Amino acid sequence: MTARIPDPIEAGMKRGWRVIDASLLEHDRTLEADVVIVGSGAGGGISAEILARSGLSVIVVEEGPLKSSRDFKMREADAYPDLYQESAARKTADKAINILQGRAVGGSTTVNWTSSFRTPDATLAWWRRHYALAHATPDELAPWFAMAERRTGVVEWLVDPNQNNDVLRRGAAKLGIATAAIRRNVQGCWNLGYCGMGCPTNAKQSMLVTTIPAALDHGATLVTRARAERLQLSGQKVEEVVCRALDAAGVLPSGRLLRLRARHVVVAGGAINTPALLLRSNAPDPGGQLGKRTFLHPTLISAAFYEKRIEGWAGAPQSIYSDHFLATGPIDGPMGYKLETPPLHPLLLATTMSGFGEQHAAAMRDFAHLGGMLALLRDGFHEDSPGGVVRLRSDGMGELDYELNDYLWDGTRRALLSMAEIQFAAGARTVQPAHEKAQRYRSWAEARREIAALPQRAHVTRVVSAHVMGGCAMSGDERRGAVDPAGRYRGLSNLSVHDGSLFPTSLGANPQLTIYAITARLASGLASHLTGRPAAALA
Amino acid sequence: MAYTKAMAILPRPSRRTFLAVGGLAALALGAGGAWYRATHTQEARGFALDGEARAALHAIAPAILDGALAHDPARRARQLTSAIDAVEAAIRGLPQATQQEVQDLFGLLALRPARRLLTGVPTGWESADIAHVSAFLQEWRVHRLKLMRSAYGALHDLVLGAWYAQPASWEAIGYPGPPKGLA
Repeated sequence: MTARIPDPIEAGMKRGWRVIDASLLEHDRTLEADVVIVGSGAGGGISAEILARSGLSVIVVEEGPLKSSRDFKMREADAYPDLYQESAARKTADKAINILQGRAVGGSTTVNWTSSFRTPDATLAWWRRHYALAHATPDELAPWFAMAERRTGVVEWLVDPNQNNDVLRRGAAKLGIATAAIRRNVQGCWNLGYCGMGCPTNAKQSMLVTTIPAALDHGATLVTRARAERLQLSGQKVEEVVCRALDAAGVLPSGRLLRLRARHVVVAGGAINTPALLLRSNAPDPGGQLGKRTFLHPTLISAAFYEKRIEGWAGAPQSIYSDHFLATGPIDGPMGYKLETPPLHPLLLATTMSGFGEQHAAAMRDFAHLGGMLALLRDGFHEDSPGGVVRLRSDGMGELDYELNDYLWDGTRRALLSMAEIQFAAGARTVQPAHEKAQRYRSWAEARREIAALPQRAHVTRVVSAHVMGGCAMSGDERRGAVDPAGRYRGLSNLSVHDGSLFPTSLGANPQLTIYAITARLASGLASHLTGRPAAALA
Repeated sequence: MAYTKAMAILPRPSRRTFLAVGGLAALALGAGGAWYRATHTQEARGFALDGEARAALHAIAPAILDGALAHDPARRARQLTSAIDAVEAAIRGLPQATQQEVQDLFGLLALRPARRLLTGVPTGWESADIAHVSAFLQEWRVHRLKLMRSAYGALHDLVLGAWYAQPASWEAIGYPGPPKGLA
């Protein structure tokens, strides 16, 4: 047995944090504060700390539960229902893309794989040119990145990559493809490999252990297990956020309502739930842009089997990346892709591997020798890459309709080829792309021929996403964005959007650090507007 | 529906007549769900599989888990029961609208005409063997209708997800489980 790991949530509760588990409410409640923040993930967490430290009273409302390191037992059977949207089975409208998004205090930062990238320069240049975002320069954002990196403990990861990541490094090197190490937001990481199920040692500096505790220590109130149902609008103002309490499992409404009233409301529910909340509220949308241009970094997967043991479940899950296939073409040309590595755990692997029966079982028996690779397609930079549309299902929940078109399928084919070539270069004995018609290929020559001929279609090609972005684009041009460069929702005077739905395109990089930096800047502007004083910095 | 045992044991079955009725399949999926909802009152605790719907899953799961399930009949029966219970529990964790869609799928599979039309399984689910079930799953995987492909995807993910979530499945795949001291 190891010594007991200090639990900052348990300690905070003992200090008297104001936390309301809405699933336990026996009556409807009305609460008031200066600012209500919907969502406790990357954008909500950063905003909560800055606003609370600046002397404002803050309520943070979160649909998921408050869990902590002592709950994180590294079991998929518990982690997915507890910590993810729709038990990690959220899908696009036609079920062709599986979407991983967090749903717990800390949002996706509680379950992400710790990859920390500043926004690529080419993406910022695109936003300046096409979205009138003059401040979107590396220099202008540098202090905000520095503040966010300090707060979330972003470090160079000097530990050797695990075998699964080392395959990407070695294979790419053989082919003359550059790779680099990924920076990670960890302190004292045990290198276990279970980041996606909640960090059991509190090494990951997610919102759960950084900004949310800081906000609570500065008097903020946290409401969990409550779903923001709608914004009650009156003229150009939001009067209150009406929330439905959920049952203990977080599936059904309990029947209790919470009314959260505030001078200002910040929506930070992530790039599906934020547009959905605004749609349910009939928020003004004169430009017809709300919920449009939602991007996913549509992600392809390639499995490879090696002679040596890979043990993809162990060790930091993402530590090596390659931007070669983003950098070698124009940003608005054929779709580029970033290469990374996923952690491998039984449930996620089994559902991702195509086929069934003995063929599937045989692949699973080789689990220890299996390596996985990911290609994240950079969407949103070409006229044939309009992204998806968030709309409301019959039950009022948000749903993303994302059409996979020929422009995108050209990218998926090239991505599957690139990954197979790298895997063979790294010594793979066989390679099997996640595709219903793919076989285990025994050589690069065979793979090149066969993958080029694979039909690329919804469901037949396995496509996943862990990065939902856009839908409430920020722009200096009101025709190009529902939100202005200060993060204010156009047409509602006391409503801000502080999450990944602000992005006018995808990023071409894992989004957490971009959300931290941009929302730190926006929340600081908001705090000083509301208090008349300079905003307090993050710790 | 000409569907004989001899055809069913072919390793790669050719396209059969039931695949020509794609448009009907989409209609039947809705109708099946409506019928199932009308005749099965959901318990207060949520989603439940019963009767012919549960029998369908009992017939489909062994094909999806072929190669992973034990050969010993008694052990295999226990494994199947626990896997199916785990599928049900997983479904109850999904949003209501998704539970409804899954209910519709099983409602369809429980309807005799739809079962024969879409799966080629001629008699009741109790008598469907792995070859029968594998044959229609192979067709659904790459069916020309998105709806059928997504139905396959749901069965694939539910059954395999429930199976490999269970620690009892880990030894066979060489997965040691999470680090002992912390888990």
